[in-house]
Amino acid sequence: MQTTITLTVDGQRRTATVDTRVTLLDLLREHLGVVAPKKGCDHGQCGSCTVLLDGRRVTTCLAFAVQHDGAEITTAAGLGTADEPHPMQRAFLDHDGFQCGYCTPGQICSAVGMLAELEAGWPSHVTRDVVSRPQRTPAEIRERMSGNLCRCGAYVNIVAAIEQAAGG
Amino acid sequence: MAVVEQREIGADHERRDGPAKVTGTAPYAAEHPFADPAYAHPVQASIARGTITAIDAGAAAAVPGVLAILTHENAERLASDEDQEYWVLQSPEVSFRGQFVAVVIADGPEAAREAAERVEVSYERRDHDVVLRADHPELYAPEQVNPSFPTDTEDGDVEAALAASAATVDAIYTTAANHNNPMEPHTTVARWDPAAEHLTLHDSTQSVHNVRELLAPLFGLDTEQVTVIAPHIGGGFGSKGMPHAHDVLACLAARALPARDVKLALTRQMLFSVAGYRTPTIQRLRLGADADGHLLALVHDVWEQTSRIKEFAEQTAVVSRGMYAARARATTHRLAPLDVPVPSWMRAPGENPGMYAAEAAVDELAIALGIDPIELRIRNEPDVDPASGKPYSTRNLVECLRRGAERFGWADRDHAPSRKPGPDGRLAGTGVAASTYPVYRMSVSDATIDVLPDGRYRVQIGAVDLGTGTWTALAQVAADALGVGLEQVELQIGDTSLPHASVAGGSSGITTWGTAVTEAARNLLEAHGDHPDAGASATGSVSKNEAAKRYAMHAFGAQFVAVQIDPDTGEITVPRALGVFAAGRIVNPRTARSQLIGGMTMGLSTALWEQSVIDPVTGHYVNHDLAGYHVATCADIRDLEAEWIEEDDPHVNPMGTKGIGEIGIVGTAAAVVNAIHNATGIRIRDLPITPDKLLTAGL
Repeated sequence: MQTTITLTVDGQRRTATVDTRVTLLDLLREHLGVVAPKKGCDHGQCGSCTVLLDGRRVTTCLAFAVQHDGAEITTAAGLGTADEPHPMQRAFLDHDGFQCGYCTPGQICSAVGMLAELEAGWPSHVTRDVVSRPQRTPAEIRERMSGNLCRCGAYVNIVAAIEQAAGG
Repeated sequence: MAVVEQREIGADHERRDGPAKVTGTAPYAAEHPFADPAYAHPVQASIARGTITAIDAGAAAAVPGVLAILTHENAERLASDEDQEYWVLQSPEVSFRGQFVAVVIADGPEAAREAAERVEVSYERRDHDVVLRADHPELYAPEQVNPSFPTDTEDGDVEAALAASAATVDAIYTTAANHNNPMEPHTTVARWDPAAEHLTLHDSTQSVHNVRELLAPLFGLDTEQVTVIAPHIGGGFGSKGMPHAHDVLACLAARALPARDVKLALTRQMLFSVAGYRTPTIQRLRLGADADGHLLALVHDVWEQTSRIKEFAEQTAVVSRGMYAARARATTHRLAPLDVPVPSWMRAPGENPGMYAAEAAVDELAIALGIDPIELRIRNEPDVDPASGKPYSTRNLVECLRRGAERFGWADRDHAPSRKPGPDGRLAGTGVAASTYPVYRMSVSDATIDVLPDGRYRVQIGAVDLGTGTWTALAQVAADALGVGLEQVELQIGDTSLPHASVAGGSSGITTWGTAVTEAARNLLEAHGDHPDAGASATGSVSKNEAAKRYAMHAFGAQFVAVQIDPDTGEITVPRALGVFAAGRIVNPRTARSQLIGGMTMGLSTALWEQSVIDPVTGHYVNHDLAGYHVATCADIRDLEAEWIEEDDPHVNPMGTKGIGEIGIVGTAAAVVNAIHNATGIRIRDLPITPDKLLTAGL
């Protein structure tokens, strides 16, 4: 069964007619040629496919494309460019927060979304007092970034990068 | 060997491929622009051993969009069965669960996957055996162990030396099977152009030339008829060092569908049966020392598995041949051939499991003797390499231990293994272990350097950057070899149309490729002067290192780990880890530190989380995804640091480098288990150390 949907991806309106079984990740990668979100597990276990969907971080391998007709999606390619990187991308470069780079677009989208969640006061598993505002501590960052695996083991650099991007 | 004057080597440069990677625009294998690709989805055997009796592809073929279904009954006949791992869809025999038995090619990935699930395969099952044990009836001694070490060694009378020792350790250490699990699952996009008789692969590989040379003969092609392209790959850790069965499958699919790009991206689950893994190991360590701690005997016996169809013999005991001085020494490797997936390289094959057991045993000996484990290691420093009898080009293990001890605060450690109260009611302890990794130089690699019209230099070599920083570090090497700034160098890698390069493996990349690039630069400047004109060109090849006849060449390191353990749940956390390494010159401190902390992070993962669990009844790796196979996450890694001692080694190569891709993982697990013992008094000798093992042991 085919359905036609229209989304905004990295600022561009895109229309596609897709099999209803197509995931949002495969829509982006295989139909629209947007390859910044990566396929690492296809099961929501690694975070490599993370994008910002209507401003929130989402693993696109766990979403069907047809659920998101009209959505606004920002991938790492839409956050910044090689010449004008987003502050989070600049921080990942400064702290070498990656090696192979495959998890990186997902890490960066996740980090941007995560900081917004912190800013909005959302608690995490390591927030001791869920009533008051959570602080931007290394422990909070580590906990909230644990949905994004990095097999190269760049975690300490990723946390340092996020702290820099968040304002030190 | 003259070390070149170094201005760019040692400079802290940002990754040249960094801007593309942080914006997600660096293309990995599946991501090149392919017009109208087809999609291949494999079908895997659901039994561990037996024979296919029938394949019914009728329902699969009826799925709209299906273009072809290949099985052993209709796939192209391959030209060579020499390597049974690559003997794909050629026979009805099934030798391990998950082996490819068919592949569906369709217009879209959804149709290919649906159809693959509808392929009905019938089998005649035979009994299988997938469990490694040290008394396996079919144990055998391989001819050699990876890559080309003797299987066994014996030097002196170890039994007599053990009997004469004041203190001994005799213990069995075991490690679980581990899977490499790079973040990018193995992917091959193959295209067969019949008019040109040319096969083109965009492959996620650590060696484009390996892939070409191993695949071409299977299809009766000359190597020139195959192009392999890999500008960026999403990690590999050894599992992409050589082609695996999926490369063959992708080529079979492409040859069945000429003039079309066929994408074959393995799922995460498939990686557990077809893309290599580290064998589980059983290791017996016997150490004997005099009362002063001098080793009289060192015996390291290893049992591990291989597949029945292809041998891989991990060199687990080889580290014990050279690490410490000992009066008598023996090492052995025995393999059990099982009905299991083919094991292969995983980061520091041999050194990682071997040093875990050996360095845990050294810790046990130190406790038995009542000697500080650092002091015990220092007392057993060899004058020459015990394995070869040659002096070391450089060996700075003691400096690493001493500097690490100072930075870590080792002097305050309570060495007695006992329940030590730490923060928040948890138990706390610390541990140390040594690291080592040999300097490998591959025998073949060529580089070409051309002077471009704008006066810059184009450096070409078919090397691969699997995340190690080759795009940047090799350009730094070239810049110094040419006597110019980094901005003057344009590097091209990752393509078989470039000069032949060895695998990005064995921590050999910069040593091998850097030597070839340095030779090319030397030839260019010799032929054309220090300021060659545009159009000037020269090539260079990696040379044999004559100094290797006179010197043993190894990197060394020391790792320190602090653990905290919840006494109620057994949960183990690592609040601090420090590695100090002596690995020759560091080409780029930024990317080097990332490699070292990355290795240590994977080492913590080995120690505490990673285990591939095989079901003896089905032969199936039951935890075959990233929810079931736990790797270190961001929350697990806290204060983790790596630093190094500047080492001037004129013998290893013109850059003075030793290789850093693997040493970071070596010894980490031992430091963890030694710290857990220090914190609890409980010695667990079975990796990974999960909470249940501590609780069962009476925590």
